[in-house]
Amino acid sequence: MYGWIWRHLPGNSASRAALALVLVLAVVALLLFVVFPWVEPRLPYNDVTVDQ
Amino acid sequence: MAEPELDVGQRVPPSDPRGRRRDPLWQRLARGAGELLVTAGFVLLLFVVYEVYVTDLLNDRQQDQLSEEIQQQWADQPPAAPGTPIVEQGAPGVGEPLAVLHVPRLGEDWSRVVLEGTAEDQLSQGPGHYVGTALPGQVGNLALAGHRVGKGSPFLDADQLLPGDPIVVETADAWYVYRVLGGAATGDYAADPSGVPGQQIVAPSDVSVIAPTPGGAEATQAYLTLTTCHPKYSARQRLIVHAVLDGAGISKADDPDGPPELEG
Repeated sequence: MYGWIWRHLPGNSASRAALALVLVLAVVALLLFVVFPWVEPRLPYNDVTVDQ
Repeated sequence: MAEPELDVGQRVPPSDPRGRRRDPLWQRLARGAGELLVTAGFVLLLFVVYEVYVTDLLNDRQQDQLSEEIQQQWADQPPAAPGTPIVEQGAPGVGEPLAVLHVPRLGEDWSRVVLEGTAEDQLSQGPGHYVGTALPGQVGNLALAGHRVGKGSPFLDADQLLPGDPIVVETADAWYVYRVLGGAATGDYAADPSGVPGQQIVAPSDVSVIAPTPGGAEATQAYLTLTTCHPKYSARQRLIVHAVLDGAGISKADDPDGPPELEG
């Protein structure tokens, strides 16, 4: 998977490394600001209220 | 993908048309599965980082905004007749800031803006006031819920509150000092003659802790109750802290800087 991505990034090693870094940061940002906030309320361990 | 034919006479590994070596299919599958598992591990770690640190950062910003918002509201309010309790002003709408909570035991200058409502929408911003429970200073039970871990972790150390510790609630024009129940000298949470303990751990369904008098009776005194999850990182039980109003509210007109209890 990662090998495949690496081979399909354009340019020499330096440009590939830079692009790979951008991709990693984009994925991390997507997880932190979109995916996790959406997933979190659906998980059961965050309840702090008492209710029936 | 078909493997290129291997020339028996040559000692070259199999290669695709671009001259790259190709591993057997099972090796490529195993590598792909391994990469997926490692990736999943990193995603889970990142989720922990998110829960424990990133939500705190986001919450800090929201609390700053709320703090400005409530100070603005208080400044804009026509000055109520001296001593008009918040009760007569009524509770704000769900999601609106209600009061500012100060708990010296939880840290120097520890304060959080409390919002009306206990849905996740409010709790992700700060402690929430159970709708319909008493307002600051009112006879009954001022019940507040807050996160233990993450989202600013307002009640992370709620279990450290000792009998007699002050919990100060600041409203537009008054300060209310509540004290955690129990024997301040002995540290015994169960020492209060009313039978209401200063701290208890209950099942999540035990709504009697936020009844007008904790335990279920009619309203008799002005109580304050904090609820959060217990143990940390779990939602199996609830940690409950009960406090009772100490004296009357202190008007901000008389004491703009707050009661001495704020100094810790």
